[in-house]
Amino acid sequence: MTFSEKKIIFKKRNKVRLILNLLLVGSIFLFLSKAEEILDPYTVRIINVSAVYMTMAMAYNLVNGVLGQFMLGPNAFIALGAYIVALLTMPVDNKAISYIIEPLIWPLNSICLPFLPSLMLAGVFGAIFAYLLGIPSFKLRGDYLAIVTLGFGEIIVVLANNLIFITNGSLGLKDIPRYVNLYWTCGWAILTYFFMRLLRSSSYGRAFEAIREDEIAAEAVGIDVKKHKLLALVISGFFLGIGGGLLASLLGTIDPKLFSFFFTFNLLIIIVLGGLGSFTGSVFASLVFVVLSELLRSVENPINIGSIHIPGIPGMRMVVFSVLLIFIMLYWQKGLMGRKELSWDFIINRIYPVKGVEDLGSSSKT
Amino acid sequence: MGFVDLLQQLANGVSLGSLYALVAIGYTMVYGIIRLINFAHGDVMMVGCYLAYFGVLMFHMPWQISWIVAIGLTSLLGVSIYVGAYRPLRRAPRISALITAIGVSFLLESLGLVIFGGRPKAFPRPPILDIGLNLKGVYIMSFTIWIPVIAGVLLLCLVFLVYKTKVGMAMRAVATDMETTSLMGVNIDRVIAITFAVGSALAAAGGIMWAIRFPQINPYMGIMPGLKAFIAAVFGGIGNIFGAMLGGFLLGMIEILVVAFMPHIAGYRDAIAFAILIAVLLFKPTGLLGEPLREKV
Repeated sequence: MTFSEKKIIFKKRNKVRLILNLLLVGSIFLFLSKAEEILDPYTVRIINVSAVYMTMAMAYNLVNGVLGQFMLGPNAFIALGAYIVALLTMPVDNKAISYIIEPLIWPLNSICLPFLPSLMLAGVFGAIFAYLLGIPSFKLRGDYLAIVTLGFGEIIVVLANNLIFITNGSLGLKDIPRYVNLYWTCGWAILTYFFMRLLRSSSYGRAFEAIREDEIAAEAVGIDVKKHKLLALVISGFFLGIGGGLLASLLGTIDPKLFSFFFTFNLLIIIVLGGLGSFTGSVFASLVFVVLSELLRSVENPINIGSIHIPGIPGMRMVVFSVLLIFIMLYWQKGLMGRKELSWDFIINRIYPVKGVEDLGSSSKT
Repeated sequence: MGFVDLLQQLANGVSLGSLYALVAIGYTMVYGIIRLINFAHGDVMMVGCYLAYFGVLMFHMPWQISWIVAIGLTSLLGVSIYVGAYRPLRRAPRISALITAIGVSFLLESLGLVIFGGRPKAFPRPPILDIGLNLKGVYIMSFTIWIPVIAGVLLLCLVFLVYKTKVGMAMRAVATDMETTSLMGVNIDRVIAITFAVGSALAAAGGIMWAIRFPQINPYMGIMPGLKAFIAAVFGGIGNIFGAMLGGFLLGMIEILVVAFMPHIAGYRDAIAFAILIAVLLFKPTGLLGEPLREKV
């Protein structure tokens, strides 16, 4: 096959891929537009929560799975995003009532922004914070990096507890306006997914993966390791901030306890279950995680069947999840997807087969 | 603040610091040998507390015996964690073992919640440790003196074990070069298991004394002391036993003194340790007494 023939075939393949993607996204939105009528509020809520988890898990996976730098502080970015959205969207008079111990400080107590700008600010501040945190942290690697980022996460929780004039301390913030609906949560999940997939197949993504495989070799072939690490963390920080903002608006109440190391642990289970380095895996695993934790909720609550009373076992959920995590690490390190992504190639290869270049095709777009 | 107050705070600092030192030893020994941050160490300490608690209150053992039994059982727990969770991953990337350790930590906490219940329990203080003393205006409880004494004895035993016995020599050899040591006919697996046993026993002892000092135990009590003890180990230079002791004492001292001199930032107490950690790792990653790390390509 000559070069120009190949070029034409690839163009055709990309066209099919684009159409299939548009069809997929279109059908998802068609489903979403009907979902609130068809499904009960409980199911809608599960979809909402999973979609927010998807956004956060993909962002976390970018650093942990694709860049291969083990970070344990996503809760810091999520907390930042959540507090920013909460503080910016809460109505002014509501803020005046909520702060009992100390009043809210000046600029924050008199502004109230619409949701989208607040959310974008959450993302931007997440990215800035990631940049500031990345400069010192990336001097370290491996388990030291893990511990330092864990330290930053814990410090954020301590700050949230103590900066009462901003965060209202351990009382948390209540009655955050609930702007979020299925379009917001799933929209961001889809956007994040396509962004991450495109990023992964771009030259930046290839550089991230090269750094994961061997930092020294990557440096030797001319990749600016420091710059790429920071870039990945900044992107991750942006989407984690957005995820936190969505979460705050979805839940309606936030407090420092929500953003403890526990949150990081949940995200860690998701990305490990889905496969470190697979965004599709993170998406599926988020859904599995949220549904599973809802199913296990019934184990924790007491059940009455007729006259038989079965007492609930609080804590059982975490027992199951931690056993799951240990099991995956010991026997099933690939997780659901390994490092693979889902793609349309199995369809496209039937329409426009390309001999010997399937590998190239599969790693471009969805 | 007068001289008397300062003495009082110093006494508190030493007793808190010796607890950190005891727990930090476990981290540093395990890290020195298999390069694993044993996240579950703090939770092993929690289990030790509960065992001692149940020994006294359910099996009506005298407290000395209950403590010894608890320490023994905890070291068994440490070994079984190694055999069940970490040994299969010895050849895997270090991050896999770290994730597993996080899983084990959460497993112990949530199992604790399921088995022991979430309500905090009051840890019984033996009468000898519960006497208020007034030494020329310095008011301290007798355990403030006993804790550093017991800790000191245990640490001396440990130093003897590591530097004067055959097992200790094997430990040091494995820490220096695992491959070569195994070629010399040392059973590496056994040495690592013993390391876990010793570390967990010290954690249990530290935990019991922690419960004497702060007599409320709950399934999540191990998290913060565990993290701080790890910080102490890094502070002193991870992999170095004396470093862990020094780091533990310094960390305990700094925490107590900062809160004593600046009560208005007492809420940030937990952040102090992490700030120290970040500063140490960024400016002197090898800690106070650690040897420079070699970069392995």
